[in-house]
Amino acid sequence: MTALSALLVRDMRLAVRVGGGALIGVLFFLIVVTLVPFAIGPDLALLARIGPAILWLGALLASLLALDRLVSMDHEDGSLDLILTARVPLELAVAAKALAHWLTTGLPLVVAAPLLGLLLNLDPKATAAVALTLLVGTPALTFIGLIGAALTVALRRGGLLLAILVLPLTVPILIFGVAASNAAIVGPIPFGTPFSILCALTLISLVIGPVAAALALRQGLSQLLATASPIIRMP
Amino acid sequence: MTLIDLANPTKFLSLTARVLPWLAGATAILLLIGFYQAAMAPDDYQQGATVKIMFIHVPAALLGMIGWGVMSLAALGTLVWRHPLADVAAKAAAPIGAAFTLMCLVTGSLWGRPMWGTYWVWDARLTSVLVLLLMYLGVIALWRTIDDPTRAARAAAVLTLVGAINIPIIKFSVDWWNTLHQPASVLRLDGSTIHPAILVPLIVMLVAFTLLFLTLHLAAMRNEILRRRVRTMMMMRADARAGF
Repeated sequence: MTALSALLVRDMRLAVRVGGGALIGVLFFLIVVTLVPFAIGPDLALLARIGPAILWLGALLASLLALDRLVSMDHEDGSLDLILTARVPLELAVAAKALAHWLTTGLPLVVAAPLLGLLLNLDPKATAAVALTLLVGTPALTFIGLIGAALTVALRRGGLLLAILVLPLTVPILIFGVAASNAAIVGPIPFGTPFSILCALTLISLVIGPVAAALALRQGLSQLLATASPIIRMP
Repeated sequence: MTLIDLANPTKFLSLTARVLPWLAGATAILLLIGFYQAAMAPDDYQQGATVKIMFIHVPAALLGMIGWGVMSLAALGTLVWRHPLADVAAKAAAPIGAAFTLMCLVTGSLWGRPMWGTYWVWDARLTSVLVLLLMYLGVIALWRTIDDPTRAARAAAVLTLVGAINIPIIKFSVDWWNTLHQPASVLRLDGSTIHPAILVPLIVMLVAFTLLFLTLHLAAMRNEILRRRVRTMMMMRADARAGF
């Protein structure tokens, strides 16, 4: 347990101290939300109607943007090899990394969402609904993204591929996140129905994400050793 | 002849060389019968002749989904049993499944124009098939991005299995999101609601398309095995030149 908490603290420290972590994501979120009125016009009634969808899309893209830092930095400096060979189960280790990643990139988005809701003319009730659905839904985005990050970790230009692999899998999260927000604002279905499905989706991804990511990383490990061999063989 | 005997690519090549001509012939004959029956089938009283698009649309949709099933089985073969041909089967199935899915989308779109008045509606079934196509393209992109075939196979296998778990969830979510398409009418517990005059050609086409998939898949697997042999020979030659 101490190893996992050490990993958690280390990742959070790295995210906070090495620049470009949480605040860049929030800044990107702000810019996306700022761009939307330029595209569709400054109609406040329309913005209020599609506000939850804009906030959800912005949060989705912002969390996607940070994903390539999730394991690739550890791959570059070699600490991923240590995690792979450690006695801690790899599934728990990557889950701890994803948790640290969500605390430093996902949670700031949730905190920023009410402020951005003001820009989109959302009333307090709608703002609370969007913030609540984001709080429940963004962990799912991070844990699904974890799979993509693990699959593309050793690729030189994995960023774009990562987005292509991960985005189709996030369709259900987006559907139920926006549906729950809209249910709280206009109805007619009760907020609880889509919201509890969103909770279920998050719980599923909390299980599938670390297991699949650990599988992907382990399968990559044999290759890491294989790529080392030509260098050893060089005369 | 068990599954493990097929692990030897040479045996697989010689077996498929014998089987493929028969399979291709049966596919051609069944397709001809199916097309003839479809052409002779009566028009729908509401939809007119456009109902004939169904004889291509429905089998393509089915094979698009079966393609992912084949890939998932092959992915299990790769990850669990390390079966050497499972990699090849998974890689060969992806473009074929994607092609059938695309065929389903295109024929559905052409059918939707006269019936619904538009090429595309954001209806639940259309949208989930579109997401399926995107996932096929993602798997193909992953295959093409990783140079080493063994490693690409394992990464694609993990992604395929994650997709296999997620596809029903996506399907359910999209159904919940919006639905306009007619409910399932061929396979139902209380019997089919389609008249036999249309049902029989449809079943012939389903069998013909399944055989077509099998033929294309086996041929693509043979090509992939030969391609890998060429790759290994080229690498050996490069190694020999470099003096290893």
